[in-house]
Amino acid sequence: MMTNPTGRLTQGQFSFLPDLTDTEIALQVAYGLRKGYAWSVEYTDDPHPRNTYWEMYGNPMFDLADPAGVLRELTGCRQAFPRHYIRLVAFDSTRGVESIAMSFIVQRPPREPGFQLSRQEVHNRTIRYTIGSYATQDPEGERYGEG
Amino acid sequence: MAGHVDSAIRPDATDITKDAKKRYAAGVLKYRQMGYWVPDYQPAETDVICVFRITPQEGVDPVEAAAAVAGESSTATWTVVWTDRLTACDSYRAKAYRVEPVPSTPGQYFAWVAYDLVLFEEGSIANMTASLIGNVFSFKPLKAARLEDIRIPVAYVKTFKGPPTGLIVERERLDKYGRPLLGATTKPKLGLSGRNYGRVVYEGLKGGLDFTKDDENINSQPFMHWRDRFLYVMDAVNKASAATGEVKGHYLNITAATMEDMYERAEFAKELGSVIVMVDLVIGWTAIQSMANWCRKNDMLMHMHRAGHGTYTRQKNHGVSFRVIAKWLRLAGCDHLHTGTAVGKLEGDPMTVQGYYNVCRDAYTRQDLPRGLFFDQDWADLKKVMPVASGGIHAGQMHQLLDLFGDDVVLQFGGGTIGHPSGIQAGAVANRVALEVMVKARNEGKNILQDGPMILKEAAKSCTPLQQALDTWGEVTFNYASTDTSDFTPSPTASA
Repeated sequence: MMTNPTGRLTQGQFSFLPDLTDTEIALQVAYGLRKGYAWSVEYTDDPHPRNTYWEMYGNPMFDLADPAGVLRELTGCRQAFPRHYIRLVAFDSTRGVESIAMSFIVQRPPREPGFQLSRQEVHNRTIRYTIGSYATQDPEGERYGEG
Repeated sequence: MAGHVDSAIRPDATDITKDAKKRYAAGVLKYRQMGYWVPDYQPAETDVICVFRITPQEGVDPVEAAAAVAGESSTATWTVVWTDRLTACDSYRAKAYRVEPVPSTPGQYFAWVAYDLVLFEEGSIANMTASLIGNVFSFKPLKAARLEDIRIPVAYVKTFKGPPTGLIVERERLDKYGRPLLGATTKPKLGLSGRNYGRVVYEGLKGGLDFTKDDENINSQPFMHWRDRFLYVMDAVNKASAATGEVKGHYLNITAATMEDMYERAEFAKELGSVIVMVDLVIGWTAIQSMANWCRKNDMLMHMHRAGHGTYTRQKNHGVSFRVIAKWLRLAGCDHLHTGTAVGKLEGDPMTVQGYYNVCRDAYTRQDLPRGLFFDQDWADLKKVMPVASGGIHAGQMHQLLDLFGDDVVLQFGGGTIGHPSGIQAGAVANRVALEVMVKARNEGKNILQDGPMILKEAAKSCTPLQQALDTWGEVTFNYASTDTSDFTPSPTASA
C-alpha cells in the first residue's frame, strides 16, 4: 500500500480523483478528438516513474472520429490484461508540439505495492538514489497476482 | 507614415539630410536633421523594430524626441562628427518612422524605431540591450522613456539558442501532460535550516505537488549553507518520488556572487540528480546565457525567477515592459519564467499578463493591442518557455487560473499550500484535487469560469483538505487597480 494521500500511483491527469467511469472516459476522449489528437492505449506492469515506454495495445488511432472506437480498444486491453496498469495517451502532431497532449490512468492492479528508495552513501555526504518498483521483483506478467 | 503624425508635431520643412556638405558641417544639428527621422521608411523584414513610449520635456517636439531616441540608441552623439563619413552611416543610423500620441494620455507618444540587423552581435542579449536601453534612457530632453515592445526579425532569432529544454520536452522528461503543473515556494523564505527546509519540500511533493521551489533570496546564508540545502532537499525529492511513483523536482537556486560559484552549485545539483536548477533575473543577461549553455549541456531545466523586474517594468511611463524582458529571456534561454498571476497579490492586469504568456508559448505571436502586443513575432520554431504563476493564489481561484492561462503553466501556491490548516500535505492535496477536477470539467465541456466555484464545492464534499482550503481562503482576493495596463482598452483587474 502506498503511503501518499491517495494511497496509489499518482501519475497521469486524474489520479487524485475517483476512478473515471467509462462515460467520463468517453468525454475526455471526445475532447481530445475535437482537438485533433490521436489516442493510444498503453499497459504495463512496471509503473516506475522513469519507465517511459509502456506496451502499446495497437498503434495510435489516427483518423478516428468516434470515442466509442477508443473505448472498444480499451475494453479489449482490459480483458487481455485485467491486472495491469492501463493508460490512455493522446498525441498532438501540431508543428512545435509533436508530443503527448493528454495521459491518464484508466485501470490499476488491485494492489499497488509502490516503490523502494535505495540510498548509496558515497563521498562527503553525497547520496545516490535509486527507485525500484516492488512489483518488478517478480517476473513480467506475474507481478500483480493471478491473471 | 507621416499621416500618423499629428499636425501639431509635423517636422519642420528644413531637410538637409540629402545635402552632405551641410549635413556634415561641424556643429550641432537637430536629430531629425541628421537622418534619424525618416517618416516614409518601410522597415525591412530583417530590421529590429522597437516601439518606445516617450515623454518629451516641455517644449521638445515629439518628432525630434523620437529622432533623438533613434540617434542615441544607435550611432549619434550630440554633435556632428566627420568620421561618420568614413562609414556607410546611413545604414547604421536607426530610423524613427512613426510617432503617435498615446491614447488619452497627454504628453506621451509612441515612437516606432527601426534598426538595421548590422547593428547587433549575433546571439547576444547584452549587445542588443546595450543599444536599445543604453544611454538613451538617461537622455535629458526626455522626461521618461519606456521600451514597450520589440519585433525581433527571424534572421536574428535564429542566432539565439533559446530555452535549454523547452516546455514540450520538459513535459516528456517529467511525464506530466494535459494539465498545469503544481508548485509551491518554501516558506518562510529565510531562516529555515537545511533539515527543516527539506521537511517542507517532502510534505509538499508527497502531498501531490510536482515541484517545490527555493525563493529568490535563498542562496547560502548563515542559517543554511547551499550544500546543506541541496542535500536535504534531494533526499526529500527522491523520497516523495518513491512515495508517489511520479517524477518530482525542486528548483535549486544556484544564484551566487560569481559564475564560478554558480557553476559549482549547478554541478552539485546535477551530481545529486536534480532535474532543475534556478537563477534570479538579477544575475544579468550574460550570466543567464552562460547558465543556459550549461543547462543545455547537462540536460537540466532552468527556472527563472524575475527578481528585480518590478524596478523597471511596473511604471508605465519609464523603463522596459515585461513583454520585452520575456522576449529577451526566451531568446537568451530559460525554461520557466515567472509571468504573473493576474488574480494574485502581485501587479498584473489580466490582458497584459496574457500577453506575456503568449510571448513565452506562441509559435507565432500576433499583434494584439489590448494585450499590449504591438507586433507580429515569428519565433522561427524557437523552443517555448513554461510560464509560472506565483504569488498570492489559492485553490479557490483554480477556475480563473485555468481559464486565463490554459494547461501550459506552473501554478505555484506557496502560502496556499504551506498555510493549510491541516498541514502541508493536505494543502498540496487540496490544490491537486482542485486542479484535476477543473481540468476534467473543462474537457467535459463545462463552463468553468461560471460554474467553477460550484465544481470546487462539489469536489470538496469528498475531499476534506479542499473543503478546508476553501473555508480558509475562498474569499481572499487582491482587487487593486493595475499600474501597467494597455492604453488601447479598459481592462480592470479580475476579481473572484
